Amino acid sequence: MSKKNLLEDQVKAAGNASTQRLSRRNFLGYTGLASGLLVVAACSKDDNPSSGNNGVDLGSGDTGILNYAYALEQLEAAFYIQVIATPYANISATEKALLTDIRDHEVAHREFFKKALAGSAIVGLEVDFTKIDFTSRDSVLGTAKAFEDLGVSAYNGAGKLITNPDYLVLAGKIVSVEARHAALIRDLISNGSFADSTVIDANGLEISRLPPAVLAIAGTYIKTKIDASHLPTA
Amino acid sequence: MNLKHILSEIEKVDPEVYAKLDTRRSAMKEFARVSGKIAMAAVPIAIGSMFKKAYGGTRGATGTMDTVVEILNYALTLEYLEAEFYSTAVSKGTALVPAGAPAGAIATISGHETLHVAYLKSAVTAAGGTPVAKPTFDFSAGGGSGNGPFKDVFVNYQLFLAVAQTFEDTGVRAYKGRAAEIVKGGDYLTAALNIHSVEARHASHIRQMRKANNFGDVKPWITGKDTGGIGTAVDASYKNEDNITQATIDITTLPGIGGNISFNAATESFDEPLSKAEVLAIVGPFIKP
Repeated sequence: MSKKNLLEDQVKAAGNASTQRLSRRNFLGYTGLASGLLVVAACSKDDNPSSGNNGVDLGSGDTGILNYAYALEQLEAAFYIQVIATPYANISATEKALLTDIRDHEVAHREFFKKALAGSAIVGLEVDFTKIDFTSRDSVLGTAKAFEDLGVSAYNGAGKLITNPDYLVLAGKIVSVEARHAALIRDLISNGSFADSTVIDANGLEISRLPPAVLAIAGTYIKTKIDASHLPTA
Repeated sequence: MNLKHILSEIEKVDPEVYAKLDTRRSAMKEFARVSGKIAMAAVPIAIGSMFKKAYGGTRGATGTMDTVVEILNYALTLEYLEAEFYSTAVSKGTALVPAGAPAGAIATISGHETLHVAYLKSAVTAAGGTPVAKPTFDFSAGGGSGNGPFKDVFVNYQLFLAVAQTFEDTGVRAYKGRAAEIVKGGDYLTAALNIHSVEARHASHIRQMRKANNFGDVKPWITGKDTGGIGTAVDASYKNEDNITQATIDITTLPGIGGNISFNAATESFDEPLSKAEVLAIVGPFIKP
């Protein structure tokens, strides 16, 4: 049934049609404002009615957001561990040192979340790096760029979903380090691309992403199924 | 898609949706009227304006509109500083910054800072406040004398990059230091975060420029509280960056690769905030009273 028909049916069914029209106008104004996320959430639930028992459940509230960050840090840490374990052909000492630093930062983030979440932490995720050629500098740095930019956009987008101010500050302490990584990796690929228009909008602001968009991208590299259906959406 | 379902989803997020629909009606109408007239890029600001009307005064102790305006103006002051710093540098041409990649990078950063000023001015206005006026700056850090320790900042490339690094790293820390006050701050918080990470990208690049020129032994991230040889004049901007404890967890006790996480990695992997008082003390010498 289309939106319009549904509304008309409701109006017909109502005893006081004029009141109903007023409500309709207000309602449409409200949905126009509401973020696209609400609509996305509503639609995805239709498409996927059996949410729950649908993979590793990140949980709800702040715990859910911290587990979401933990999942992304697990992905990044696993990637850089592999990069350093099997360095690409002719890697320079400088690049290897920088990538080793990044590996250690991501491992620190991962272990921090694991410890902080304690009994609420999700399990270790199984990654899928079959699309990455670890012998190729282009493949490795291209993937690193995608992961770092994604991580920055993820923390920025999730900030408003956090309710505990201490957790928000912690996310802030990490996201700027991810942004430092992102800028470096981009400059290694093409010097001067540290903050180009693919990640920065016309107002000079980073382009952030909400969890569903982030997980859709990250999912390519994560074999374990993740259930993000209980994450806060606003 | 089911419209009733959408409404039920909204109800979950905002249980009082039905009650609010009527009382917010004028705000919604105003939003619709304004948003029809302005460019897409400015829509978040219009949303801010709407939120002031719809939620103003009901946000509780944190995230009140007064707090939002004050923080936006605080950010605006710092962006004025950075914007004028870089635009002055750009105006010096190759006498200061070498042509090619260096000039390109400084122009990129300068452009962002100018955009941040414009965005924050609009955001302050949208939030119902008045944008603070741009101070008169003294980039020599002489408090208006023009004769401070950085008086050659626009003729000495090495010094220029050192001050640039300090401004960027300080800016990153300054945004972080106010985040807790606007927790659940919706679009305002997101905007602040989306500027914060751009400053971190700038910091990373400026540090790479210093390293490439052998101006300082720095990495794109901050190791301990090391300034990279800039000197004690900027120690305050790096104070407490050697913190290794996050949420009561000593990061150096956590397992790393081939041993525990090192001190360097523990400090590099988390950037630390600076309080408003600390930031104002740092930028004070750059502002003419």
